[in-house]
Amino acid sequence: MADVIEDKIKNYKTAPFDARFPNTNQTRNCFQNYLDFHRCNKALSSKGQDASPCEWYQKVYKSLCPMSWVEKWDGQIEDGSFPGKI
Amino acid sequence: MAHPTQLGFQDAASPVMEELLHFHDHALMIVLLISTLVLYIITAMVSTKLTNKYILDSQEIEIVWTILPAVILVLIALPSLRILYLMDEINDPHLTIKAMGHQWYWSYEYTDYENLGFDSYMVPTQDLAPGQFRLLETDHRMIVPMESPVRVLVSAEDVLHSWAVPSLGVKMDAVPGRLNQTAFIASRPGVFYGQCSEICGANHSFMPIVVEAVPLEHFENWSSLMLEDA
Repeated sequence: MADVIEDKIKNYKTAPFDARFPNTNQTRNCFQNYLDFHRCNKALSSKGQDASPCEWYQKVYKSLCPMSWVEKWDGQIEDGSFPGKI
Repeated sequence: MAHPTQLGFQDAASPVMEELLHFHDHALMIVLLISTLVLYIITAMVSTKLTNKYILDSQEIEIVWTILPAVILVLIALPSLRILYLMDEINDPHLTIKAMGHQWYWSYEYTDYENLGFDSYMVPTQDLAPGQFRLLETDHRMIVPMESPVRVLVSAEDVLHSWAVPSLGVKMDAVPGRLNQTAFIASRPGVFYGQCSEICGANHSFMPIVVEAVPLEHFENWSSLMLEDA
């Protein structure tokens, strides 16, 4: 299972089609992957497990999200003012 | 790109735009045929000395001029819906680029691998080199690999803008706080121009879009060079 994910991460070209977000508005796609990355990190690190599968979510949100949004959200997470639940 | 005295669309540079162009030709031909027929009938009616005061109704002609328009509408609807669904198909992009609208320039971000981002300002008229196009050229072009499906995510950092490139058949509104997805394939290498298509302030007419489609190798060289410069 882990090597399937590793393969996917290694052969990453760009964010693939996500059936949860089939329409023009991809805002939620970007935000969801950003949330999922941080939640995955938090969940796996709290159990002391290797967080490298979480890299997938990071690659996807980096592909989809504008850099300014990511910087803003990273700043908010540091401040503690991030509106999403992680 | 557009040229003086142009009547039709710009030459298509993507498969979707080709389809749109052919459909437009098809629909326009139907419209012209109907208009010619109606104009002919009007002039014929107006210029005849014959009269007929005794026709009350005619089932046959009523049937014809009900069924025939229905058939014509179906002949228009079928290709139209075909293209609509074609444009909506799930594609598998090779590359994702973000086009962010600002007052008054576009910025492009290529973040699949590294964080490559740059601004694209219009070249002022007094700085144009001979042969360059007024109000259309930019200092940095959005370079894409040719014949590759490209996903463009359009958004804005301040007010509404719209990212449009007619020869690729693409127009997508740039809304602050929203990420709008569109996609295209550049069928041939070339330089394709567009302009901001949503009023956005004083310099709305002066923030053009230039997409340059190049072979994949050239794209890879360009992106390495851009990353070094950054």
